[in-house]
Amino acid sequence: MGYDLNFAVVWRNFDKMWGGLLLSLELAVISIAIGVLIGLVLALAHVSGGRWLRGVIAAYVETIRNVPLILLVYLVFYGLPQAVDIRYDAATSFVVTLSVYSGAYLVEVFRAGLEAIPKGQIDAGKALGLTPWQRFTSVRLPAMIRIILPALSNTFISLFKDTSVASVIAVPELTWGAQWINLNTFRIVEAYLIATAMYLVTGYLLLFLLRLLERRFRVGRHA
Amino acid sequence: MTDPLLSIRGLRKSFGEIEVLKDVDLDVGRGEVVTVIGPSGSGKTTLLRCVNFLESYDAGSIRIDGEEVGFSAPGQRRNERTLARMRAETGMVFQSFNLFPHLTAAENIMLGLRKVRRKSRDEARAIAETWLDRVGLAHKADSLPAELSGGQQQRVGIARAVAMEPKVLLLDEITSALDPELVGEVLEVVRALAAEGMTMLMVTHEIAFARDASSRIVFMADGRIAAEGEPRELLANADDYPRLAAFLARFRASYF
Ligand SMILES: Nc1ncnc2c1ncn2[C@@H]1O[C@H](COP(=O)(O)OP(=O)(O)OP(=O)(O)O)[C@@H](O)[C@H]1O
Ligand SMILES: [Mg+2]
Repeated sequence: MGYDLNFAVVWRNFDKMWGGLLLSLELAVISIAIGVLIGLVLALAHVSGGRWLRGVIAAYVETIRNVPLILLVYLVFYGLPQAVDIRYDAATSFVVTLSVYSGAYLVEVFRAGLEAIPKGQIDAGKALGLTPWQRFTSVRLPAMIRIILPALSNTFISLFKDTSVASVIAVPELTWGAQWINLNTFRIVEAYLIATAMYLVTGYLLLFLLRLLERRFRVGRHA
Repeated sequence: MTDPLLSIRGLRKSFGEIEVLKDVDLDVGRGEVVTVIGPSGSGKTTLLRCVNFLESYDAGSIRIDGEEVGFSAPGQRRNERTLARMRAETGMVFQSFNLFPHLTAAENIMLGLRKVRRKSRDEARAIAETWLDRVGLAHKADSLPAELSGGQQQRVGIARAVAMEPKVLLLDEITSALDPELVGEVLEVVRALAAEGMTMLMVTHEIAFARDASSRIVFMADGRIAAEGEPRELLANADDYPRLAAFLARFRASYF
């Protein structure tokens, strides 16, 4: 191979990548937070609502899950402002897209978790005289979190990686930073190698944080 | 008997096409311990679950201290908040324990005390420790359910229910899921509660225990109360009731 690795160029522009990583995290955190809210509300609506509501939620989930994220990103950024009278910058548009996208995946995770809670635990909560809201916060939510945390970790990491799609509408996140360096310095291998390493390390850190959460909720200490 | 604490009249309940409770009348007086026995599928669990409205019922009435449990008027189901308040008047111990797996033994007991009885954290903790001590588990206060034996879990289950100071305690086959050597420790706790005057309605297959610990035995068959009476008397005259005699034949060895 006639390619000499030269990382110096990349280090000189490292602020592009570091800033990119921070923006990636920001996009992920905001979108996931909104997605969790959407997911929770819809999962609750699904398990306690009627047939009609269930149909609507299922349609949302299926639609989103069968369309590539990149297409949704284009649709929301280029298409939506043409159809209705709204304006937003690329980052906001991406957050909207990823929130709706993550919501659809999280509904499924939360719903499966809620349905897997042993009925006896809910009966025990009722028998104590807990109100429906108290049963939700003190019994169902913690029980659900214990059940879904492992699956949730996967979903969160996956959604964090999905922020790279924002590069297609020039949101200056990590992948866009690597592309910028590539275009301006032609150090394609170095730029993408470092971006890869940064995704990897961040992914592991997220996983570590989620493991702490699993310990907090005493996951796995029930067998 | 003065006004019964728990009064069930004309109770009917169906699951789909199948009528599971067919016109059940039952009174439980203050401090009384009533045991329900009967073959599998006769409606014992359903009866208990109607008393704290874990199951709704189709007709009849269930009153605790004169107050109708599930309905504000015939056909008028109480709202969820009122139901919650009514349910706090009864305690329930389950066959499968149903402890909250993410909470320690003490926290399991504290949850209702804090959320329903509005006790402070310290107060709730003190009450939980008192009850854990009463059931012989003071040293397990900070253990998770998964770290306890079945018998220990069930004793926490009992402590969780009685710590709320319910008017009536409902116990549904609370030793059925236990290894035989753990049954005694749990029944001992129930016996002590009975001696202290706790009003109880329990379902059990431990006929000898029912005979010794209860003031009355009720025999259910096919959704009806087929016989009832003072334990020793009823068991002695079981031959007057063919279905009871047939049912008891399976237990003969264990209670004579
Ligand atoms: N949620 C339910 N849906 C449909 N049928 C039910 C339900 N719960 C109970 N049943 C039926 O009602 C009947 C009475 O059940 P129940 O559990 O009250 O009996 P049981 O006397 O407690 O029996 P066991 O001794 O086996 O516990 C049974 O035929 C049972 O199959
Ligand atoms: Mg039963």
